[in-house]
Amino acid sequence: MTEYIYLAVLFPLIGFLINGLFGRLIKNEKIIGSIGAGMVGLAFIVIAFSFFETLGLPAEKRSRIVEWFTWIQAGGINAAFSYQVDQLSLTMSLIVTGVGFIIHVYSIGYMHGDKGFWRFFAYLNLFIVAMMNLVLADNFVLMFLGWEGVGLCSYLLIGFYYDRKFEKGTVADASKKAFVVNRIGDFGFLVGMFFIFYYFGSLNFSEVLPFVANSGIPSWAFEAIAIFLFIGATGKSAQIPLYVWLPDAMAGPTPVSALIHAATMVTAGIYLVARTSVIFAMAPTAMMIVAVVGLLTAFFAATIGLVQNDIKKVLAYSTVSQLGYMFLALGVGAFSAGIFHVMTHAFFKALLFLGAGSVIHGMHEEQDIRNYGGLKKYMPKTFLTFAIGAVAISGIPPLSGFFSKDEILWMAYANGGVVFWIIGALTALMTAFYMFRLLTLTFEGKERFDHHHVHPHESPAIMTIPLMVLAVLSIIGGFIGLPKVFVGEHGNLFETWLAPVFKDATRKLAGGAMHSHLEEYLLMGASVVGAVAAIMLARHIYLNKPDIATTVANSFKGLYKTLYNKYYVDEFYEKVVLKPIMAVSDTFLYRFTDAKVIDGAVNGTAKIISFASKYARQFQTGITQFYAVVMMIAIVGTIFWIILSF
Amino acid sequence: MENSFILTLLLLLPIVGSLLVLLLPKENHQLTRIAGLAISVVIFIVSMFLYFSFDPANANFQFTQKIEWVKGLGIYYHVGIDGMSILLVLLTTFMTPLALLSTWSSIDVKVKEFTFFMLMLEAGMLGVFLSLDLFLFYIFWEAMLIPMYFIIGIWGGKNRIYASVKFFIYTMAGSLLMLVAIVWLANSGTTFTTDLLELYKQGPTLEPSKQNWLFLAFAISFAIKVPLFPLHTWLPDAHVEAPTAGSVILAGVLLKMGTYGLIRFNLPLFPEGVREYASVISILAVIGIIYGALVAMVQKDMKKLVAYSSVSHLGFVVLGIFGLTVESMQGAIIQMVNHGLSTGALFLLVGYIYERTHTREIADYGGIAKIVPLYATILLIVSLSSIGVPGLNGFVGEFLILVGSFKSPILGSPYYTIIAATGVIFAAVYLLWMYQRVCLETVKNEKMNLLTDLNTREMITLVPFLLFIFWIGIYPSTFLRLSEAFSSNIVSTVMGALAK
Repeated sequence: MTEYIYLAVLFPLIGFLINGLFGRLIKNEKIIGSIGAGMVGLAFIVIAFSFFETLGLPAEKRSRIVEWFTWIQAGGINAAFSYQVDQLSLTMSLIVTGVGFIIHVYSIGYMHGDKGFWRFFAYLNLFIVAMMNLVLADNFVLMFLGWEGVGLCSYLLIGFYYDRKFEKGTVADASKKAFVVNRIGDFGFLVGMFFIFYYFGSLNFSEVLPFVANSGIPSWAFEAIAIFLFIGATGKSAQIPLYVWLPDAMAGPTPVSALIHAATMVTAGIYLVARTSVIFAMAPTAMMIVAVVGLLTAFFAATIGLVQNDIKKVLAYSTVSQLGYMFLALGVGAFSAGIFHVMTHAFFKALLFLGAGSVIHGMHEEQDIRNYGGLKKYMPKTFLTFAIGAVAISGIPPLSGFFSKDEILWMAYANGGVVFWIIGALTALMTAFYMFRLLTLTFEGKERFDHHHVHPHESPAIMTIPLMVLAVLSIIGGFIGLPKVFVGEHGNLFETWLAPVFKDATRKLAGGAMHSHLEEYLLMGASVVGAVAAIMLARHIYLNKPDIATTVANSFKGLYKTLYNKYYVDEFYEKVVLKPIMAVSDTFLYRFTDAKVIDGAVNGTAKIISFASKYARQFQTGITQFYAVVMMIAIVGTIFWIILSF
Repeated sequence: MENSFILTLLLLLPIVGSLLVLLLPKENHQLTRIAGLAISVVIFIVSMFLYFSFDPANANFQFTQKIEWVKGLGIYYHVGIDGMSILLVLLTTFMTPLALLSTWSSIDVKVKEFTFFMLMLEAGMLGVFLSLDLFLFYIFWEAMLIPMYFIIGIWGGKNRIYASVKFFIYTMAGSLLMLVAIVWLANSGTTFTTDLLELYKQGPTLEPSKQNWLFLAFAISFAIKVPLFPLHTWLPDAHVEAPTAGSVILAGVLLKMGTYGLIRFNLPLFPEGVREYASVISILAVIGIIYGALVAMVQKDMKKLVAYSSVSHLGFVVLGIFGLTVESMQGAIIQMVNHGLSTGALFLLVGYIYERTHTREIADYGGIAKIVPLYATILLIVSLSSIGVPGLNGFVGEFLILVGSFKSPILGSPYYTIIAATGVIFAAVYLLWMYQRVCLETVKNEKMNLLTDLNTREMITLVPFLLFIFWIGIYPSTFLRLSEAFSSNIVSTVMGALAK
């Protein structure tokens, strides 16, 4: 099956074409939905077969290239639609098609009755096409096609309700912001590629990555490549300073938030760094930047998440924060831990978003958690699964989030130092706190909604079954990556499976202090105890003493406002970047340089000519002999000029 | 091969066709329109024959025909085609019928004259791309201005006289410089000749200082046509005042003549000039990329916005040319085609909506995606192609230009490319922002509710554009392979001359 892996791209593409071209005519939601979800299901089957086939091979034969057709070929560029099938790309593909399929199914229920139903599924399928190209590409250029492609689909899906208002602006503003901010990152990706092509003469992974370690290329060049690629990653994966688009991306339908803005697309930056791990391993400064940016993003996004009142906003900042964790892992050299967290996060964050969608669905589009409360009796299935997601993300064993987060925190301590661990652990506490604030305010306590207008109800089976599947995955997903301290050096199945992909990088990074098992147990225990405490605190406050929250907010008004307004970063960008560029372009470039300087010169010349011709006209006497004399003078003059110039 | 007749046939067809059109009865507009379309379609079919019998592996001129024209002065009627010009010839024959068809409802005065000028324009453009003699080239180069002048001056908007005179004077000024240089160059050898292949041998042997002067004279003339910053201000005016078909041809084909000229003449004739001025021109190109994009961003008129976007896009092409690597040259050539397709289609789309509403002010629109979904979808695809989203045509050219010029030994610095690459951000800003204000959000103007979506004729003009936007985006090899031999040949020729 592996040699036909391009079918995993082709099936969703067919789905996109059918629904995109004929969806308007088909109209029938069942047909459109079945095509949309079915094609992704087929892609999942292709990937699953390839996965098991690959699993049956010895470790050194698991990486293969499947060629499809030529794309851009010119000079040294030979970028084809060719797919790199290996442990890393298969892992990502399984997540994308697996979680993608579940979310497609859920969407059939969620989007029921929407006029743009066909459009929604067409875009969603196109997204899978782009995402599969991103993770399967065997060269940077094709990866970039996927990279921009997912950005485009994200643009289309955020702007799905393009005629609606969103916060201070419109939905269209939010989608454009996402695209443009992503493009800033894409610029970094592009320049990174230029450097790679300059030094390696190729952009194919197989002609670049294996040669990095012994290439003799100056180390500053690796730093440059790594930093530019990382700029790309900060755009797509919403890290400081380019994270600002992700919270606004919540303007899109909720399944989109789950699929694109939580489980898959936003992890593309992590995938990029992991794929090029060997380059990063050669660039210690860049690695440090990755770790620090990841850590700071994780921390600051969590602080913002503490005070948001929109259910999707809390989850959005939580996503930014969790992505920060993944970069922290990569930055300290724990590549497989980063990918492991990509996977578990895909399970529980998709679950949480779909759960939020189920709540919004049952609450007539209300998204403010202050207007929820006591919903568990109306929507028990949603409540139960959402609670599982919350426990998982809070890092409570033995749910999946515990294992992946714990591995990251431990590696941050072991390779980064105690400060990394403390900030990481504090973030974990805040995560547990805001998740249970969200859970408690939504499902427990007093019912704060208007009973006359709002009649909460459980969602249909087509939505709750996906929730249950994801809940099960969130519970058991961590067992394939048990800590080595429990199971020994090769007991972590996930790490052992991915190890060959990262072997060059880990060999380069090998070394560092040894740590005792006792330390690891202690830190693990501390973070679990802390998380439990944070959960209990959140429940205590929001269940029994909601006025404490108000008191705290009031006594730290400045801090609260700063957090609530997300540190005013959007306003800062608007004032310092956007407005000046627009002003300079309009008044200085367009109205002054173009209209006054350049056209002034052009029109001035024209005036001089017409002025001069007023006098020149007097030579037009109409007397033929006069013309003949002038002509003779000119001819003689020209001949002299030619002779003299030789 | 020296006496192939097909290129002459290709040149004669539009001329004969335009004369035939003049014989048609004046009142019968529909007949004139059909005749014009039929003639241009026949020309396209003949040009397809070229495509199928062209040998891409051969870097020399093909289908050449050479007849002595002015005895004793070494002036020849000499035509031929190579891997670069074939693409531009095909672009010309492809765009002309579509541009003609697009005017069936918008041009209803002096239809006969309009069709005549459009076909004459096609002849002029083909002549420019086919000539292998500098004298012949110059004649076509100048002749082509005349029909364009009339197309803007007669069927244009309110300010058409100012715009057409500005267009004419700007380009004439450049042409005169080129004429002087042509005479000087033709006279520089043992015998006077304007035969390009002969001059290819002579040019590089001239003293560096003379090459530099000649290079400048040609380059200024071409830079005006490109247009290269700061010689671009005729373009927005010309575009805004030109009728839709005029804008389509202007953006689609005419602008390519500047970049075509740089590759055809400046590079091989005056390599020393390349050494001297490559960095200056590249700096202007990079300024143009950013400048054009920033100014496009603040435009209130859709046509002006697209016009300034051309300044930005053509900047990429010029950067690719002077990057002088196979990748960047290939990128520049395919980007000429791409720009013709995406900007041509953008002008069609702006023209179609203008026909319905008689306004090009972006602020008058809003929310029309709901009312005219087909229009909105096509506008989005074309905008994305212009933005350079991979999978569509624009990316292929832009990427090759950037990746090639980054490692350019002539430029010797990656900064040109790094700054130019920021253009990809701005392109997204101005086009998506326009799209948002035109198609998305809510309807601001009640009248927009009465808009009708694209009709069959309009779709027929747009679908071919879309076809090639996707084709080049997903399988560019069809086109890249045509110019591959040409590109590596010109790069190695120039680099070889500079190495001496």
